[in-house]
Amino acid sequence: MAATLPAGPYDDKAIVRTSDQGDPPPARLAKPFGDLAFSVLSRGAAILTLALMAGIMISLVIGAWPAISEFGVSFLWNSNWDPVQNKYGGLAMIYGTVATSLIALVIAVPVSFGIALFLTELSPGWLRRPLGIAIELLAAVPSIVYGMWGLLVFSPVLSTYVQQPLQRLLADVPVLRELVSGAPVGIGLLSAGIILAIMIIPFIAAVMRDVFEVIPPLLKESAYGLGSTTWEVVFKVVLPYTKTGVIGGVMLGLGRALGETMAVTFVIGNFNQLDSPSLFAAANSITSALANEFAEASEGLHQASLIYLGLVLFFITFVVLSLSKILLLQLKKNEGLRT
Amino acid sequence: MSDSAGRSSIFTLTGSRLAKLRSRKLINAVALTLSLAAMAFGLFWLGWILIETFRLGFEGLTLATFTQDTPPPQAELGGLANAIVGSLIMVVLATCIGTPIGVLAGVYLAEYGQSTKLGAATRFINDILLSAPSIVIGLFIYTVVVAQLKSYSAFAGVLALALIVIPVVIRTTENMLSLIPNALREAAYALGTPKWKVISGITLKAARTGVMTGILLAFARISGETAPLLFTALSNQFWTTNISEPMASLPVTIFKFAMSPYENWQKLAWAGVLLITLGVLTLNILARTFLRNKH
Repeated sequence: MAATLPAGPYDDKAIVRTSDQGDPPPARLAKPFGDLAFSVLSRGAAILTLALMAGIMISLVIGAWPAISEFGVSFLWNSNWDPVQNKYGGLAMIYGTVATSLIALVIAVPVSFGIALFLTELSPGWLRRPLGIAIELLAAVPSIVYGMWGLLVFSPVLSTYVQQPLQRLLADVPVLRELVSGAPVGIGLLSAGIILAIMIIPFIAAVMRDVFEVIPPLLKESAYGLGSTTWEVVFKVVLPYTKTGVIGGVMLGLGRALGETMAVTFVIGNFNQLDSPSLFAAANSITSALANEFAEASEGLHQASLIYLGLVLFFITFVVLSLSKILLLQLKKNEGLRT
Repeated sequence: MSDSAGRSSIFTLTGSRLAKLRSRKLINAVALTLSLAAMAFGLFWLGWILIETFRLGFEGLTLATFTQDTPPPQAELGGLANAIVGSLIMVVLATCIGTPIGVLAGVYLAEYGQSTKLGAATRFINDILLSAPSIVIGLFIYTVVVAQLKSYSAFAGVLALALIVIPVVIRTTENMLSLIPNALREAAYALGTPKWKVISGITLKAARTGVMTGILLAFARISGETAPLLFTALSNQFWTTNISEPMASLPVTIFKFAMSPYENWQKLAWAGVLLITLGVLTLNILARTFLRNKH
């Protein structure tokens, strides 16, 4: 170290202390009050977040308890929802939630993949940012806008140009005929699924774009250098490298779709019976049952059953979102190992 | 290449290899076209939704929309004044309640608990709360507030919205604080600055545009939320600024009016949807340009 010190104007010996200079200034014995207060407050806020999650679960279990003790687990596969006789089973709503979300995923996953591919590999640089922002704005549009647009603009179009032609076309085909039956109003599982797909495309596309960007450029360049086409680079290098992240993004979209309320409520038809396999049949989802019935439900078993449905929904989304989070974290962890 | 036929044969593909290359190129072209189509598909919906919202929204929008209260069905056109004011009151109050908690918890994650168990758990749970169904938040507030007080109130709605603000603010605060270089903190500590002053006066200050962006985005998000208000704040046909009563809000009013068969209600619903869309998109664009100018 001494060699690197610049030669000062002072003689080295002059700074050798000739007499005792006393102790160094005492360290602060107690932390300032601000430090204590700030750390307690911020820790408290973090704990509050955890408590919130626990509180949601506990309060839902307590609220749903009358229904849980009355119907037990068979609530999940009983489709009889009858407020008049006070008998409740949630299968119709659970089926509606799962079916609309699956329809949404089937549409949204390939489209989001295409969009992410376009944004990372194809788009010219100057277009990348505005297009990315446009897709993110699609995510920011409140769901009630999608819902109202779906009910008043989209479902008439769907009915005239898709449902009615399909009904005419498949009028004599035995099984498929059932799939498209129903009143020609364009309201039901399919339109709810399509609206949900439009809503979750931006979420999935944004996650996919972000995980595609973590690929070390060297890997892609090596593949291009060997003569791969763009598609081969994406399919054989980028996708295998990022598959956990991609699945995490899909799960995130699924979590959103399962819990979406307004967009679904407008177009699903709010019909509590489960008697038609048709994609165009009016149905119900957990969220729209809650939105439509809860404020008017009589206290007691009806309300408790609705809270039970909410608990089921919260549980499903909790599992799906946790999986998504774990998969995305795994990608992050491996990032350091493989580069 | 024609003058050196012997050499070019090495580089010219023939037979099956040529066919393979052709099919690879074809697959590539098809995949890239589909990707372009997917992009167009996404933009198509955005365009369609925005155009219809603007067209029908401006049809229903009049001066009375801002000056008159929500009308009874099948009456005069009326306005949305009480719903607009109700929304503003609840959204502003919810942001005021949610922001300090969110910022503090974000500070904890970025400055105190980077590698503690509490930090990891909070980060995980927070990311789940961020995407948790908002209607379940409404159910939660119903069971702990509305059912206990035995009355619907704007206050319950404010709490429900605040619970949606918190995770958004936590997430952005943490992200923005972790972008601040450690050298800045170390320099401050070396001068003897206590930790709380380092955080409040230096790191939070350096990250303030990012944190503000998070608050703006949270504000935008809750101004469009309907589900958590349905059975907390309920709705109200009349003008009120009393937060212990049910209060009208723009999204809930739109929901009620759009599902109705009455023409004047549907027109007002479109006007309301236009207002919300414009407000939320403006806030989002504002937040983005805000952030970009700084970084």
